[in-house]
Amino acid sequence: MSTEPEILPLRTGEDVVKVRQAVRSHAMSLGFSLVEQTKIVTAASELARNTLTHGRGGEARIERLFEESRRIGLRLTFEDHGPGIQDLELALKDGYTTGAGLGLGLNGARKLSHEFDIWSQVGVGTRVTIARWK
Amino acid sequence: MDRLPILKMGDCLLVTVQVEMHDQLALTLQDDLTKRIVDTRARGVLIDISALEVVDSFIGRMLGNIAAMSRILDAQTVVVGMQPAVAITLVELGLSLPGIRTALNVDAGIALLRSSLDREANSSPTSQSHVDRT
Repeated sequence: MSTEPEILPLRTGEDVVKVRQAVRSHAMSLGFSLVEQTKIVTAASELARNTLTHGRGGEARIERLFEESRRIGLRLTFEDHGPGIQDLELALKDGYTTGAGLGLGLNGARKLSHEFDIWSQVGVGTRVTIARWK
Repeated sequence: MDRLPILKMGDCLLVTVQVEMHDQLALTLQDDLTKRIVDTRARGVLIDISALEVVDSFIGRMLGNIAAMSRILDAQTVVVGMQPAVAITLVELGLSLPGIRTALNVDAGIALLRSSLDREANSSPTSQSHVDRT
């Protein structure tokens, strides 16, 4: 089960900061520890930047998850309608980059999450979903 | 435009990051710092990130760039005050900040800079002009 998602635009560098702050406040109110908060906020920062720089902008969606079996978590979805990713396997490798970065963003976000899912189609766009449980 | 203040303390420059870093702010700091190193002939740079709650791969790269650029400009960089949750997250992200010297806090950072600048001054007869200045 999840509550009504919060949807934030990703058009500028300031939007990335706003997404970080929103993820932080959700994680905090769900009772995530400081380290857990930092991990999911950092993952969100990497993915939000990807959406902005590689996907030419898009949006972030934040959902609070409540499982009947008592698990509590956060699910974040980053979606763009940019050029898409040619080779997903390559894009997920540490150190691979088409931009000016370190190439750690996508795989870094995966390492900082409990669940990771990526969908991309060339010419259509990219959607990355991560979840982290408390 | 937003920019971070750079303070001059003797032959060192001090930057205290007190606000959330967005990418442009990080790039501006990189440019400003290299310019100030040249203008003030600073030998050391101290960057206090104790107020930073997130260091992602972009900010990590910026810190690495500053360290590398200042080294080329004959100055040494020490990054101080990293929060424990940030350190844990960075390592999990796969970013160990190679080439960046760190210290626990500003005092320890200044002591580290002082001792390595003094050592350098004593051991290199070719950099006589630096010895004269101290």
